[in-house]
Amino acid sequence: MSYRVVHYINQFFANIGGEDMAHVPPELREGAVGPGMALQQAWNGGAEIVSTIVCGDSYFAEHEREAREQILAWVKDAKPDIFIAGPAFNAGRYGYACANIALSVQDELNIPVLTGMYEENPGADMRDKILIVSTSNSAAGMRKAAPAMAALAFKLMNGEEIGPSVVEGYMPNGIRKNFFEKERGAKRAVRMLISKLNGKPFVTEFPMPSFDRVTPNPAVKDMSRATIALCTSGGIVPRDNPDRIEASSASRYGEYSIAGVDSLTKGAYETAHGGYDPVYANENPNRVLPVDVLRELEREGRIGKLYDVFYSTVGNGTSVAASRAYAEEYAKKLKDANVDGVIMTST
Amino acid sequence: MKLQLGFINIKDVCLSDKTMVENGILHVNSDEVISHIMQDEDVKACIKEAYFDIARPGEKVRITPVKDVIEPRVKVEGSGGQFPGVISKVDAVGSGRTHVLKGMAVVTVGPIVGFQEGIIDMWGTGAEYTEFSKLINLVLVCRPAEDIPPHEYERALRIAGLRTAAFLGECGREVQPDEVREYETFGIKQGMEKFPHLPRVGYVHMLQSQGLLHDTYVYGVDAKQTLSTIIMPTETMDGAIISGNCVSACDKNTTYHHQNNPVVAELFEEHGKSLNYVCNIITNENVYLADKVRSSDWTAKLCRLLDLDGVIISQEGFGNPDADLIMNTRKIEQQGIKTVIITDEYAGNDGRSQSLADSDPLADAVITGGNANQVITLPPMERVIGTLDYVDRIAGGHAGSLAEDGSIEAEIQVITGATNEMGFGYLSAR
Amino acid sequence: MVKEIERAGIPVVHMCTVTPISVTVGANRIVPTVAIPYPLGDPSLSAEEEYTLRRRLVQNALDALSTEVEEQRVFERQG
Repeated sequence: MSYRVVHYINQFFANIGGEDMAHVPPELREGAVGPGMALQQAWNGGAEIVSTIVCGDSYFAEHEREAREQILAWVKDAKPDIFIAGPAFNAGRYGYACANIALSVQDELNIPVLTGMYEENPGADMRDKILIVSTSNSAAGMRKAAPAMAALAFKLMNGEEIGPSVVEGYMPNGIRKNFFEKERGAKRAVRMLISKLNGKPFVTEFPMPSFDRVTPNPAVKDMSRATIALCTSGGIVPRDNPDRIEASSASRYGEYSIAGVDSLTKGAYETAHGGYDPVYANENPNRVLPVDVLRELEREGRIGKLYDVFYSTVGNGTSVAASRAYAEEYAKKLKDANVDGVIMTST
Repeated sequence: MKLQLGFINIKDVCLSDKTMVENGILHVNSDEVISHIMQDEDVKACIKEAYFDIARPGEKVRITPVKDVIEPRVKVEGSGGQFPGVISKVDAVGSGRTHVLKGMAVVTVGPIVGFQEGIIDMWGTGAEYTEFSKLINLVLVCRPAEDIPPHEYERALRIAGLRTAAFLGECGREVQPDEVREYETFGIKQGMEKFPHLPRVGYVHMLQSQGLLHDTYVYGVDAKQTLSTIIMPTETMDGAIISGNCVSACDKNTTYHHQNNPVVAELFEEHGKSLNYVCNIITNENVYLADKVRSSDWTAKLCRLLDLDGVIISQEGFGNPDADLIMNTRKIEQQGIKTVIITDEYAGNDGRSQSLADSDPLADAVITGGNANQVITLPPMERVIGTLDYVDRIAGGHAGSLAEDGSIEAEIQVITGATNEMGFGYLSAR
Repeated sequence: MVKEIERAGIPVVHMCTVTPISVTVGANRIVPTVAIPYPLGDPSLSAEEEYTLRRRLVQNALDALSTEVEEQRVFERQG
């Protein structure tokens, strides 16, 4: 038994013609066409291109909705194990079409997809959404691109785990994967420094991220009538950590009532955080979560009310995505409880 | 400053009635070594029981909770002794000759506080993630006396390990080394004259200094009480810096890492060829923002003063130290000095999350030790040295980490040295 | 996490020691605290002095919550 593949190419690679034929609408052909031959050869019988969809680049760009509907219908009928588009090299509209149609197939038909193109192709902007094999900037690179795409496609069809981008040859997609290098880190560092000093090219192993921004909410108008809630990433929990929140890489957050609690006393509360010296927080947990002061301000009428529940997470080694998910969940609870302002403390 | 290291290859370690090195085999008389450790009053007061065990590469053995790893050495010529300012008097090391028992290490094991230390597996998946699985490990297991405050017990265990290593290192004093290597850096003017056309390169060595289980000591001084300063590479190699930290174990530098600092070693490899290795700058990672600002300012000033063209910056730990790393990098780059940084990542179990807590576009040359949140399953072993009582609570473990058959599902965070940020290992991520 | 609370429509103040991280990550109202292991305390002070310190920090946070901001702002300690 061999895997079934549907392949998408443009008018040029189907030998219909160049720019002058870019207007042709989608067409379904049986078997492999053009670059598909090279893919099929690499699979050596393990997978077969059952059909090839050809579409003019201008047609796709100008009639995207119709083209997409037609192509999705054909792909659905063919029930392939993978949908492959391109490679598009540095052809802009072709790359755009490959990336977009591949994304539709992946999201709407739930079929694995793969495409390939040059890193500066506009279609490569979608590298975080679909797997894109990095190719050279001209069709002369087909000899290298086809085996790379064929190998990765076969892994996907076979349900194998995909290795890191640098090993498999796809563009970095924001998903970090571990692997063992041939040289140790210090040697790689010295080598990178020598390149940097000599003005030679080097590739960072981790491109610096950029963080998004949120517009600030309006201020609390009347503090003396406001309900203020306390949250912390410092891991304050009741004694013996009843929810067993992990010291690092926490898999959950804590939600604890402080109704009637005047101050977080030693012994009754402690920290579950593994990233800092816990002695001080355990000695007096108000040092991390200032319940004592807020209760006093509540009595004095400086704030309307201290909300009777606090939320606690361990920031230490816990991924941003996980932290975000926890906070999203409890932020909604706070909103539903008509909390007017939040004090978040971090260690 | 010139240092000769004489490497004595240790082929095996065995418990014996004598303590000596003979034909490449280290014989250890437990009673003798332990009574030597206990001569220190503080150690004696804090440690109720201590014993040795041996773990060899490929044996189905798990060592946990690991506190420190130390290479036994002895000062044969030149000033200073082992771990000056800590267990020998303060005297500059880094010149003369030191003999090294190569291929083995002393590993200290013992429970300290709520959350715990690392794991070293000698076999299986876990072994691939720690370079220490390749060494013959003489494990010193210590049990604390009752009601000892964690700070004091941590110190006792630290001293016990260093005393053991120094005592064993002494066995190599009269032994003819299998290999001798020489390391030398020069004064500023002398170096410029010697290598006029080579770029001047320094190493900014960040030291974890955040409190209990997160401290580092330089000639006995707690690094959090220091200002950024210059240290010669050979001093680092000769025991001037020791570790007091092990949580989370994957990216904490053990004393062994300091003795065998890979950045120092790789810079020496290129010294006089493609670069002129000038010196190391040590700087801390404190818990106060003012300290972070002051230390990184100071580091950048020193780099400028030394007229460096490039530096390698190694981090220790993660989270708030990411801010120290980024401040150092930004300020040094702003002096016109090129940087390469070594860090590790906390990108979540699925690798989709933000890897670092802080960032700056000037940090454009990064080496990564991998994603510490990667989950692996450590197979059951035939033997555990230490105790598995704490595995659920080690940073990187979670409730239910330890299965009934003795296997452990945990993040590689639990493995000593797995994502080391000196670039000691081969793990990386993309 | 601060951003998720902000997104939910509640004004939030981030009390932290390493304010540069908070700025990088994108909190809007930031109040600097004492030290990582004891953001709202100082073990070197007497219990009374420490409480006064904590109260001052919390008051600073409440002031921040009561202040309109257009963009990120670190509310440095007064005096």
